[in-house]
Amino acid sequence: MQNKTAGRKDIWSVITLGILLLYALVLVLPLFTLLKESIFKDGALSFEHFGEFFGKKYYYSTLFNSLKVTVAVTLASLVIATPLAYIMTTFKIKGKLYLQILILISSMAPPFIGAYAWILLMGRNGVVTNFLSDVFHITTPDIYGFSGILIVLTLQLIPLIYMFMMGAFKSIDNSLIEAAESMGYTGFKKVWKVIMPLMVPTILAGSLLVFMRALADFGTPMLIGEGFETLPVLIFNEFTSEMGGNAGFAAAISVIVVVIALTIFLLQKFITNKKSFSMSALHPIKEKKESGIKNILAHLFVYGYLALAILPQLYVVYTAFLKTSGRIFVKGYSLDSFKAAFTRSGDTIVHTFTLGLIALFFVILIAILIAYVTVRRRNAITNGLDIISMVPYIVPGSVLGVALLLGFNNKPFLLSGTATIIIIAFVIRRLPYTIRSSAAIIHQISPSIEEAAASLGASNLKTFFKITLPMMLPGVISGAILSWVTIISELSTSILLYTVNTKTMTIGIYTEVIRGNYGVAAALSTILIAITVISLLIFFKLTGRKEVSL
Amino acid sequence: MSVTISFNNVIKKYNDKPVISGLSLDIKKGEFFTLLGPSGCGKTTLLRMVAGFNSIEGGEITFDDKVMNRITPQHRNIGMVFQNYAIFPNLSVKNNVAFGLKNRKIPKDEIERRVDHILDVVQISQFKNSMPENLSGGQQQRIALARAIVMEPNVLLMDEPLSNLDAKLRVDMREAIKLIQHEVGITTVYVTHDQEEAMAVSDRIAVMNSGVIQQVGTPREIYQRPANIFVSNFIGRTNIVERSLKKVDNRQVLIMDENYQIDLDDITQYAEEIIKVSIRPEEFTISDTSEGMAGVIQHNVFLGINVHYTVQLSNGENVEVTEESTLGEPLEPGTEVKLLVNKEKINLFHYESEKNILEGDSYAK
Repeated sequence: MQNKTAGRKDIWSVITLGILLLYALVLVLPLFTLLKESIFKDGALSFEHFGEFFGKKYYYSTLFNSLKVTVAVTLASLVIATPLAYIMTTFKIKGKLYLQILILISSMAPPFIGAYAWILLMGRNGVVTNFLSDVFHITTPDIYGFSGILIVLTLQLIPLIYMFMMGAFKSIDNSLIEAAESMGYTGFKKVWKVIMPLMVPTILAGSLLVFMRALADFGTPMLIGEGFETLPVLIFNEFTSEMGGNAGFAAAISVIVVVIALTIFLLQKFITNKKSFSMSALHPIKEKKESGIKNILAHLFVYGYLALAILPQLYVVYTAFLKTSGRIFVKGYSLDSFKAAFTRSGDTIVHTFTLGLIALFFVILIAILIAYVTVRRRNAITNGLDIISMVPYIVPGSVLGVALLLGFNNKPFLLSGTATIIIIAFVIRRLPYTIRSSAAIIHQISPSIEEAAASLGASNLKTFFKITLPMMLPGVISGAILSWVTIISELSTSILLYTVNTKTMTIGIYTEVIRGNYGVAAALSTILIAITVISLLIFFKLTGRKEVSL
Repeated sequence: MSVTISFNNVIKKYNDKPVISGLSLDIKKGEFFTLLGPSGCGKTTLLRMVAGFNSIEGGEITFDDKVMNRITPQHRNIGMVFQNYAIFPNLSVKNNVAFGLKNRKIPKDEIERRVDHILDVVQISQFKNSMPENLSGGQQQRIALARAIVMEPNVLLMDEPLSNLDAKLRVDMREAIKLIQHEVGITTVYVTHDQEEAMAVSDRIAVMNSGVIQQVGTPREIYQRPANIFVSNFIGRTNIVERSLKKVDNRQVLIMDENYQIDLDDITQYAEEIIKVSIRPEEFTISDTSEGMAGVIQHNVFLGINVHYTVQLSNGENVEVTEESTLGEPLEPGTEVKLLVNKEKINLFHYESEKNILEGDSYAK
C-alpha cells in the first residue's frame, strides 16, 4: 500500500536523489561517453568503427567466437548442473554437506586461476601432457583455444546454475511427485514430464546468469584462448594496443557487446514473464538411499565433477610449494615462491585489501540505502534508481573499464590512474548483487515494525538506524562477505584501470603468468585462494547456510 | 489524557479509486470503540488514517477539535498495536517497552519506573530481560500493548490484535485488553472482523461494509435491533424470509403461513406490503401445540448446550432453529413440527431499502 502523508517527503527523498546523481556521474555519464565515442570520428557522426568491425574477418570472427563460447558454456553447464542438482536433492550422497561447501568454494575462486591451472596440467609443457607423451607416446588434444575456454568456464559456472536449481528443487512439494507417481509416471518419465517443466523458470534464470558471465569473462580467454579471441579480449587489445590504442573502435565493440547482453536479458525477461509461477513446498523432496548401480553412478558423477573442478586449482597450490630455478620448477620443495611473491608483489596484497575494503564499505552502504528506498518507498524515482543500479549487470567488466576511462579522462573529472576510479568500478559492478540480497532481507521485515517505531515517536532516520538496520545486519554481513570474495577476484575492469600504485593481486597473478613466472603466480594464487576460502568458511559459520546466492 | 475523535466527511482514495467516500463518526472520550466488518470493508484503512499511516484525501479527522490530517504519526501521540505484534526482535522486552520513552528524553529512573509499572499491569514482569523471540504469541501481544500504553497516548489503536492467537488465548487476551483499557481509560479504536470479539470488548461498535458505516451502537443494540439486513446477517446467525403485512380487523398482522399469523400491535404506518423478516435461530420455538408454522425436520446437530435443526417449511424454504438440548434423542429427520416465533425479538425490514422498520426497543417493555 502506498503511503503518501505529509511526512513522506522525508530524508529518504534526499538520499534517493543523492544516489541518483552519483549514478548519473559515475555510470550514466561514462556510458554516454562510450556511446558517443563509438559513433563519432574526428568530431563528425560516423559509423565507420562499426563498418570496420563488420568489414574484417579478424574482427567479426571474435563476435562468432564469443557467441560460440557463450552458448556452448551455457548448454554444457546446464547439462552437467541439472543432474548434479537432481542427484544432490534426491539421493543420499556420502559427505553431502562437505560436497556442497566445496562446490561453492570452487565457484568463488577467481576464474583465471582455473585457466592457469589447466595450462599447468594440460598445456604445451603441462604435467599431464608430458606424462602421457613420455610414458604412452600419446599426443593430448590441444587445451588452448575454444576447448580450454569451454572446460574452464563450464567448470567455473556450473555451481551458479546448480545453486539456482537446488533452490528450485527444494520448492517442489513432494506431494506433486507422489501425485505423478500415483498416475503412473515413474523413473525418467517422471523427471522429464513432471519435474523438468517445473524447473523451466529456474533454468532460464540460471542460464541467463551463466550466459552473462561467459560473455563478459576476460581472464580465461586471455590466458588460455591464444589465437581464439573473444569480444572482451578484443576490446582490451584494441584499447591498450601498444601501437596506440583505438578508443573509438574499442568503444564500438563495447556497444556491440552491450547490445547482445541487453537483447538476451530482455528475451529472458520476456520468456520468464510468460512462464513464471511460484511454488512453495510444505514437504520438500526427501533424499533417498539408493543401492546398487544407481547409487554407484550417482556417487561417481558427483565426485567426478568435483574432482575436475577442484583438483586443478589444488595443483596450483601444490606448485606454489615447489622449488624453482629461475622460471622453471625443479625437484624439491621450498617457500621461495612465497618469498618472491611477498618481496616482488607484496604491495599487490596491500592494494587488494585497501581497495577491496574501501569498495566493500561503499557497496554495503549504498546497497542498503538503495534496497531500502526501492522496497519501502516505491515510486517513479526509486524505480528509476532500481533500474539504473541494475545496468552493470548487463555491462561486462571490460566495457565498464573502457567507459570509465573515456568518461574520466578529462578535467573536471580527471580520475584515470587513481585509486578512486578502481573503487568506483568495484562498487558499481558489485552493487546489483548486493542490492538484490539486501532487498530480499528488507522484504522479510514487516512494515508494521517501522510503523510501530513511528507511532512511538521515532523519526524516520532513527527508526532506520535503531530498528531496521539492526534487523538487517546478519543478512548484510553475510552478503558483505560474498561481495568481498567477488571484489578481490575481479580482473576484467581493474586490468584496464590499474597503475603501479593500484595493482591488485589478480593483476599480479595475471602478469606473472604472462611473464612465465609460474612459481610467483602460484604463490599469489595460493594466497588469494586462501583468503577466499577463509572468507567463505566464515560466511558458512556465520550464517549456518550451505548455499550462497549471488 | 484521552481525547474525542471526530471524522468529518472523510474520504480515502487509492489511485483515484474511492474506498471511503464521505464518512462521519464521533468517538467519545475514554470509549472502547470497535470498527467491525468483513475483510476489505475499509476498517483497517480507517484506523490507519487515524494513525497517520494512510493519507486523507478529503474531509478531516480531529482529536479534541485539533485537525490531524497533516500531522505525521510521530507527532499524533498515538499508541498502536499491530496484528503481527511488530515487536522489535533486536531489543529485549524492557527495551521494546522503553523505546518510545527513551525517544522523549525522559529521565532514566522515570523510564525504569514506568516500564516496571506497565509490565506489572500487563503481567509480563518476569520476562523483563528476555528477548522477544523466546516468548509466546500471547506474551508478545502483551509487550505490544505495554509498549503502546506506557507512552500515555491520547488514542490507543488496535488492528486485529488477537487474530494471530489461538482460540482459547484469544478469549483470555480480550478479557485482559478490556480490563487494562478500563484501568487506563484511553480512548481506544479497535479493528476486528470477529463479531463475538467485538461484542466482548466494546462499549460501542460501528459495523462497516464497503467503506460505509451501516450502524453504530452498543453490542446489544446491534444484535437485537440491527439497522439493516447486512448488519442482521453479519452479527450472529439469522434466517431472512419474505412475508406479507396485512391489516385484519384493524389489527396489524404478519402472515407467516396460512395457519400462522402474528399480531404486531406497535406497527401502524405499514399497512399492507411485503417485507423481509429476520428471525434468529433461537427466536423460533418448536411448538407442543397445533399452533405454528408447519415444517419437517431435515437435519439435527447436537452441540451440547443446543441442538441445531434445519427445518423445511411447507413452502419449501429451509430455516435454522436452535433449541436448548434436552435429555433423550433430538427430533429425527422427517418429524413434522410446528414452529412458533418470538415476536418481540424478530426484526422487520423494508423490502426495497432493507432498513429496519422497528425503532429502538419498541417491544422491550
